[in-house]
Amino acid sequence: MLLRHTTPKEIDRQALTINPAKTCQPIGAMYAALGLHGCLPHSHGSQGCCSYHRSALTRHFKEPVMAATSSFSEGSSVFGGSANLVQAIDTIFTVYNPDIIAAHTTCLSETIGDDMTQIVSKAHEDGVVPEGKHVIYCNTPSYVGTHVTGYANQVTAFVKFFSKATPKKRNVVNLVAGWMEPADMREIKRMANVLEARTIMFPDMSDVLDAPLDGKHHMYPKGGTTIPDMVATGDSKFSIGLGKYTTEDACILLDNKCKVKFEVVDIPIGLKATDRFITSLSRHANVPVPDAITDERGRLIDFIADNHGHFYGKRVALWGDPDTLIPLCEFLVSMDMRPVYIVTGTPGKPFDERMAAILKDIPEVKFMSGERADMFRMHQWIKQEGVDLLIGNTYGKYIARDENTPFVRLGFPIADRAGHNFNPKTGYVGATNLAIDILNALLDHRDRTCAEEKFEFQL
Amino acid sequence: MRKIAIYGKGGIGKSTTTQNTVAGLAELGKNVMVVGCDPKADSTRLLLGGLAQKTVLDTLRDEGEDIDLDDVLKKGFGNTSCVESGGPEPGVGCAGRGIITSINLLEQLGAYDDDKQLDYVFYDVLGDVVCGGFAMPIRDGKAQEVYIVCSGEMMAMYAANNICKSIAKFGKVGDVRLGGLICNSRKVDNEANMIEEFAKQLGTQMIHFVPRDNMVQHAEINRKTVIDHAPAHPQADEYRALAKKINDNTMHVIPNPLSIEKLEKLLIDFGIMN
Repeated sequence: MLLRHTTPKEIDRQALTINPAKTCQPIGAMYAALGLHGCLPHSHGSQGCCSYHRSALTRHFKEPVMAATSSFSEGSSVFGGSANLVQAIDTIFTVYNPDIIAAHTTCLSETIGDDMTQIVSKAHEDGVVPEGKHVIYCNTPSYVGTHVTGYANQVTAFVKFFSKATPKKRNVVNLVAGWMEPADMREIKRMANVLEARTIMFPDMSDVLDAPLDGKHHMYPKGGTTIPDMVATGDSKFSIGLGKYTTEDACILLDNKCKVKFEVVDIPIGLKATDRFITSLSRHANVPVPDAITDERGRLIDFIADNHGHFYGKRVALWGDPDTLIPLCEFLVSMDMRPVYIVTGTPGKPFDERMAAILKDIPEVKFMSGERADMFRMHQWIKQEGVDLLIGNTYGKYIARDENTPFVRLGFPIADRAGHNFNPKTGYVGATNLAIDILNALLDHRDRTCAEEKFEFQL
Repeated sequence: MRKIAIYGKGGIGKSTTTQNTVAGLAELGKNVMVVGCDPKADSTRLLLGGLAQKTVLDTLRDEGEDIDLDDVLKKGFGNTSCVESGGPEPGVGCAGRGIITSINLLEQLGAYDDDKQLDYVFYDVLGDVVCGGFAMPIRDGKAQEVYIVCSGEMMAMYAANNICKSIAKFGKVGDVRLGGLICNSRKVDNEANMIEEFAKQLGTQMIHFVPRDNMVQHAEINRKTVIDHAPAHPQADEYRALAKKINDNTMHVIPNPLSIEKLEKLLIDFGIMN
């Protein structure tokens, strides 16, 4: 047993979190910043923050993640980090030559009260920001919210600093991408292309964190939303936010700033969420849904129908981020599976409300969000009554092994498997991929553990 | 070596009182070090005859952590050792963290080592204990004795009461104790009686009543302590008396801070009603 300390008996905890189902704000800000082309994320704080955030992203994506830091010393903590950031901006533009520096704060710089607006304006006054280059910033204290909050703050900063309305509206729909894999973004863009919808996606990590190996080092890979595209989002006629927690703030700001109306839908994971996304895109881009997309949907339904017996009634425990868990649970329910335990470390009422609605026909369900909704608690629930499947990030592997339960890796971070940034989980194709992963995990487990007389050639 | 921290409401006269008292102790032949814990770095001005001091944190910023004690320690009146923590300019950075950094650095540099043969270290702390950094001088192993400078004005007593709260808190786990209240008179009616009663209710003493005298201002303009500037003036004797009382003081207590109701009642009984 790896987690010997975990017992079925739940004790009401007020202060203690054990194995949180979340990580810290700047990781989200750093990830989102990589979705702008030619952007270097900058961590305004001590070196350790930046190193941790870079390594957390590298462990997941198996790619080098470039980011700079203000390298606070004892002196900067006392006198403020202004001098360090201004010097950093000078050095970065001189040595690394990005188009954009996306600075985010850390606990330390937040606590000593560094004012990013003032510091960045000083950098401009000092002439260290070359003509045509940009320094954007957002506030990401780690003791508020989670990595999801940091992602949302960074995406909102894109709108704040770039989006611009000119008198001429364009027949384009903005796709504001919530936290998903580069492959998921690529898949959503592919669907939009098949629909012949004109779209701008931001942020866009495809071809940044899944860039091909060509023997050369690219400090700034070819992917990412370009500055002209980001500016043009202000002239688009509509925005579709994919994931309430990660994109709604940006959509609201874009509406307030540039009068671009918006709709926030779920990240298109699973049948119904993809239906809603395709419907929204078709309506707002004013394009019909072609047969190619309808066929993809049909193949998904065929797969579910063929294997329904294996999915039916299976109890599932899940953990991760609200924007992923909401459509994921809905998908499981639409396959007649039973998501029974769900935790997310990211606090917020919308999660609780959506879960209550999606899981209303599963009376034994337990779900929880916020600081105390941790992996330990979910493991305790599993100890009380077991599940047939686990879906979540790598932090669940200890539970999977202890409880001898099939495990599908999904979410952030996945540090012990590869390919999650290749195989999309969004759209009908992605939903099929996901259903295949789930089915294989269940059947592999069955083949490995069933009695010899129950071992079948044909399943 | 006795380590003493002086607290009190901003503008109450902590730095003036501290330096004059230190001058008195120096006259008694004591070897004293003053550590100014105020970003304004004006806690040793009267002993040094001006703002002649490069602060610990400025030195840290300019020269990195490779600092020599001589870079930041200057000798002042009566061979007193004077150090200023310094801190950020107003509105940026973290002054509280500055005090922590500075005091840790002084320890590392051996400012308190036995070979310095110090009799006293005085920490002159900015105002109220507003955050963890400003409580650094009374954390475990730092100052053992606190004197609070106050007057009969309501806000000064209110601040003194708050400071007592943090002494009570740190005193439970450490060895910091309250040595007494120093009443720096603002010529409030019935002031001495009221502070004496206030001290009694806190469980401590009013160690000295320093009367208000313009000579203090004269000395300040000349960048000197009263003892230095006008040794024969009666005000100099007041500070000598305070220095002697602190030197002889054995009353070290964990204070019992007053409730707001009790504090207000005290003010009504002694002050406003009369």
